[in-house]
Amino acid sequence: MEKTGKLSKEERRKINGSRMRRREAKNGFLFILPWIIGFLVFTIYPIISSFYYSFCNYSVINTPKMIGLKNYINLFKDPTFIASCKNTLFMIVVGVPVQMLTALTVSIMLNYKKLHGTGWMRVVFFIPTLVPTVVACLLWIWVMQPDNGVVNTMLSYIGIKGPGWLASPTWSKPAFVLMMVWTCGNALIIYLAGLQDVPDSLYDAAAIDGAGFFNQSIHIAIPLLRPTILYNVVTAVIGVFQWFAEPYIMTSGGPSNSTMFYSLYLYQNAFTFFKMGYASAQAWIMLVVAMAIILVLFKVFRFGQEDA
Amino acid sequence: MVRNLKVYRLCVFLRRGLMYLVLFLFCLMFLLPFFFLLTGSFKTTSELFTVPFQWFPKHWTLHNYEAVFTQIPFWRYFRNTMLIVITTVFGGLTSNSLIAYGFARLRWPGRDKVFMIVIATMILPYQVTLIPLYLMYTKIHWVNTFLPLIIPSFFGNAFFIFMMRQFLVGIPMEITESGRIDGANEFQIFLQLIMPISKPVLTTVAIMSFLRAWNDFLGPLVFLGSDNLYTLSLAASMLRSKLDPNWELLLALGVVMVTPVLILFFLLQKYFIQGITMSGIKG
Repeated sequence: MEKTGKLSKEERRKINGSRMRRREAKNGFLFILPWIIGFLVFTIYPIISSFYYSFCNYSVINTPKMIGLKNYINLFKDPTFIASCKNTLFMIVVGVPVQMLTALTVSIMLNYKKLHGTGWMRVVFFIPTLVPTVVACLLWIWVMQPDNGVVNTMLSYIGIKGPGWLASPTWSKPAFVLMMVWTCGNALIIYLAGLQDVPDSLYDAAAIDGAGFFNQSIHIAIPLLRPTILYNVVTAVIGVFQWFAEPYIMTSGGPSNSTMFYSLYLYQNAFTFFKMGYASAQAWIMLVVAMAIILVLFKVFRFGQEDA
Repeated sequence: MVRNLKVYRLCVFLRRGLMYLVLFLFCLMFLLPFFFLLTGSFKTTSELFTVPFQWFPKHWTLHNYEAVFTQIPFWRYFRNTMLIVITTVFGGLTSNSLIAYGFARLRWPGRDKVFMIVIATMILPYQVTLIPLYLMYTKIHWVNTFLPLIIPSFFGNAFFIFMMRQFLVGIPMEITESGRIDGANEFQIFLQLIMPISKPVLTTVAIMSFLRAWNDFLGPLVFLGSDNLYTLSLAASMLRSKLDPNWELLLALGVVMVTPVLILFFLLQKYFIQGITMSGIKG
């Protein structure tokens, strides 16, 4: 640069430009500062701590004592833990597909333009998701009562003697599946939004080729909904892992551990038995398994690949 | 030909009728629990437990609602809940809009990579952080106060950051540039130019924050120890776990807890639905 008093236009623009960029970067940093602090304090620190605790024997009053992999080994020998894994797996393998199918079917039907007067139904299906969890639980305890609950009464109208639902080890999980279906409103709304993105011209083209409603749905709408379905399934699976309030309030894990779900047992280990290290190990196992399942789901739904 | 046409039309009519019937039955199934909640709350104790089940109370009574407001410290629980909810909504609105602005309207090196980290935290299960957070709060004596429930909302929430960022990115840069030409600093642009036109997404964030806080159960369960701090959700579950729960009162309490949410929903339906769909149709 020449040592003249005046700077050329280009040089001036460069200096101003980089000054502006630096100022923008500084501002950017300041604006997201709350997130940075929160991330460090409420996310990073706890993650590292819980990883450390998972290798320790830690009941709140004492200091953590390193015991290596004992927590993890003991977990897999723990019958309650195994039961909790099986129960949660049941909900993932049975509950999630049932809920997804219901939401998908209903949303496709609601989206069918030739079916008039169904707009209000969207609201009806969505309302259960707004109810406070505790109220929903109380409600379903009531509805599922073996003797005079609504469900069994309706079943008796068609001549079936309803099962014990929440009081029966075999029917307690199906009871929860029913409740899951009742709260499918979120998934339903998302499917509806995704369906509305499918252009009518595709349906019309298929109609010309002679495809009726069912053919159209199965071969056009569903493939196009693949990312939406993936999102909903992933969300539902994560939701099942984190399911806590419902089993805690409704059954406390019974009868006979038939509704002991993963998060409930974790809570008990941490806050009832004060085995913090044990519970932390449980949390980390859950994290790894959940990540693995999500990766598998992404592969299954071939996310990111375009079909011809 | 004409006969075939008539048969075809009949088939179409039947099929559509069937679909409508199925949908209608589903609606019934979804609404029945609410109907039941409502009628049950007006029943007397003896009527609630009669076998066989009775659809309508023979004697409609307001006694249960009386009990809600007199037999339990309802207003205390309500006040606690509202305190938490209002501060959480406020914290959510302020922090998330600032943070999303930083990701959406400003350019800085590494911005998009950091945003990916924000999104990644959305799938982090709470169990992994809950225990250390609880232990940390115990050490600084925040347990058995409202602080663990309120303070985190002032530091952003990945989901809301994502939602607001998507919205803010769509605002034309001309607005920001005109503000810069007028000599405003970034914060002034944020507050006086961008925020006023962000009302739709701000409303959605407010509603979703409200819902999360109002319905929260695990948070109060873990962090609130004494009864005078209980929220409505926590109080309801405590009442239920007593040896001989007063079901009529619980049902009436349930109605009272659901009503504000329903009213809010019917007034602001658009924003509820928008919030959900914005999350599902992400980039």
